[in-house]
Amino acid sequence: MTGAEVLLEVEDLSISFPTDEGLARAVQGVSFVLRAGETMGLVGESGSGKSMTAMAIMGLLPTSAVVEGSVRLRGRELLGLSESRYREIRGSDIAVVFQDALTALNPVMTVGDQLAEAVRVHRPDTTAAQRRARAVELLDIVGIPSPHERVNRFPHEFSGGMRQRVMIATSIANEPDLLIADEPTTALDVTVQAQILEVLREVQTRTGTTVLLITHDLGVVAGVADRVVVMYAGGVVEAADIEPLFYDTAHPYTAGLLASLPRLDRRSRDQRLYQIPGQPPAATNWPQGCRFAPRCAHVRHGLCDEDVPPPVEVGRGHTAHCARVDVWRTEVE
Amino acid sequence: MTTTRTNGPAERAQPGLTRQLLKRFVHHRIALTSLIVLATLMMVCFAAAWIAPYPRGQQDLLTGPSNPSQMHWLGTDELGRDFLSEILYAGQISLAIGLAVAVLSTVVGTVLGAVAGYVGGWLGELIMRVTDLFLVVPAIALLAVILEGLGPSPVTIVLALAALGWTYMARVVRAEVLSLRERDFVHAARGIGASDTRIILSHLLPNLAGVIAVGTSLAVASAIIAESTLSFLGFGVQSPQSSWGTMLNQAAGYVGTSQVYLLYFPGLAILVTVLCVNFIGDGLRDALDPQRTNL
Repeated sequence: MTGAEVLLEVEDLSISFPTDEGLARAVQGVSFVLRAGETMGLVGESGSGKSMTAMAIMGLLPTSAVVEGSVRLRGRELLGLSESRYREIRGSDIAVVFQDALTALNPVMTVGDQLAEAVRVHRPDTTAAQRRARAVELLDIVGIPSPHERVNRFPHEFSGGMRQRVMIATSIANEPDLLIADEPTTALDVTVQAQILEVLREVQTRTGTTVLLITHDLGVVAGVADRVVVMYAGGVVEAADIEPLFYDTAHPYTAGLLASLPRLDRRSRDQRLYQIPGQPPAATNWPQGCRFAPRCAHVRHGLCDEDVPPPVEVGRGHTAHCARVDVWRTEVE
Repeated sequence: MTTTRTNGPAERAQPGLTRQLLKRFVHHRIALTSLIVLATLMMVCFAAAWIAPYPRGQQDLLTGPSNPSQMHWLGTDELGRDFLSEILYAGQISLAIGLAVAVLSTVVGTVLGAVAGYVGGWLGELIMRVTDLFLVVPAIALLAVILEGLGPSPVTIVLALAALGWTYMARVVRAEVLSLRERDFVHAARGIGASDTRIILSHLLPNLAGVIAVGTSLAVASAIIAESTLSFLGFGVQSPQSSWGTMLNQAAGYVGTSQVYLLYFPGLAILVTVLCVNFIGDGLRDALDPQRTNL
């Protein structure tokens, strides 16, 4: 994968919002690179800034947001583009699948009309018949049975999983280079979740699109991603290929997340489910230095609470933002 | 265990959207009845020139006021005019004013309300403060002043009523747009690169259809009532033209006489029209909601 062309570069991205209690920082100093054709997981708990990062890439942040840094798609800077320029990119170069398919479809439009609209926005020269044929084809791609007949149905006549398939169909209508899936399975039950991930994977093999999968679920990431970026309190803490992340964890926060996963080979009667002590910091009140330091079991005062730790390379394409990256792992044993 | 795929409910052909809408409306019994009644009333009124038993305003001073008879089904007034014919001709003015005001105030109110809700900012504030202004001034007094200034005629009455009527629509539409524009499907539309114009026209407006249908029907009803009120008070339609309101005004003179029933007919015409319009609005709102598939 490393040889593939760089599709998206996010460099030193910071997002903040002015509030009554001062500047609320949602994202600070986030950098990562997406290569064409890969699937990258962006993992973090609620409030870690992963969705904000995605919305910044889409240019869909509220106007009050202060955005700094750089987002480049095939080398072209996206931040600061005019709204009409951004509209040309949205849906055709970058598309997004939202979390809640139950509300992300217009209740008074048939799914066929919504799919046709997605095509029409970027290809107004197509005829209604062409758009309709494309809508049927898209429904077929995402595995909706009898698409010819379903295309005239309203969203409420679909189940949750089917609606999410329709959402995916809408987002790939113009064969985007980058598909951002913002927690696409969170609102669905577990069996449907697996189906949707399967659909995403199929779509990817079929169209060769790059996928940025935003999730809080390491299990989802393990199933589909090639690379993972872990975020905590608005910053990247670790970035790695999928295997090293799970088997050669380099950041105490990632280790804490992995330890918090329920495991079948542990007997629940004598071992309670692990949880990381403490709470993530408020966006208006980040601690100095490493933002995970107050919750970290391996913290060294005078080191961790001084400066934000720079990325340390621990392996090929594997970085961790931890000042004690060489030390803490020996402490575990 | 047959494999034929003709009978399953999922395989039934989906009728066109307009047909679905019509079907739902037709199943709304009261709305359908109201539509038939109102359509009949309108046809009869606007065909008055051909079907009214007597020409407009034909007086018969020798007869004077008379009770209903075979010659005059609803009787005659003090000038000997056939009351049924008068009601039909007056209905033309009342219905035309009602519909014109409703269309005008719906269009203006929807556009301004959508702008205020979607764009917001100082423009939205300005629009909403203007609607507040209309809220604090007594409507009848304001209308009387406007009509004194412009001179009362059906056209000025329509303009004056629409000038006040749009504010209700604007408030309702703005409130609805404020909540709709934060819905996920609007964000999703933005995500596929849709422009603001497209979002408003193809995502917000169809979702507003129910609210607009109800608002318009209320506007028809309240415009007919307002026109009647104005005409009753003498600020409205002036002689020789007449509306149901002016007829009420004239018939008020019969209170205490044996011909007090002359008051009932224009009143009944207003009542029936207003009720029908409201039921039609109700039926339209239900028909426009695709989630109502109780058929």
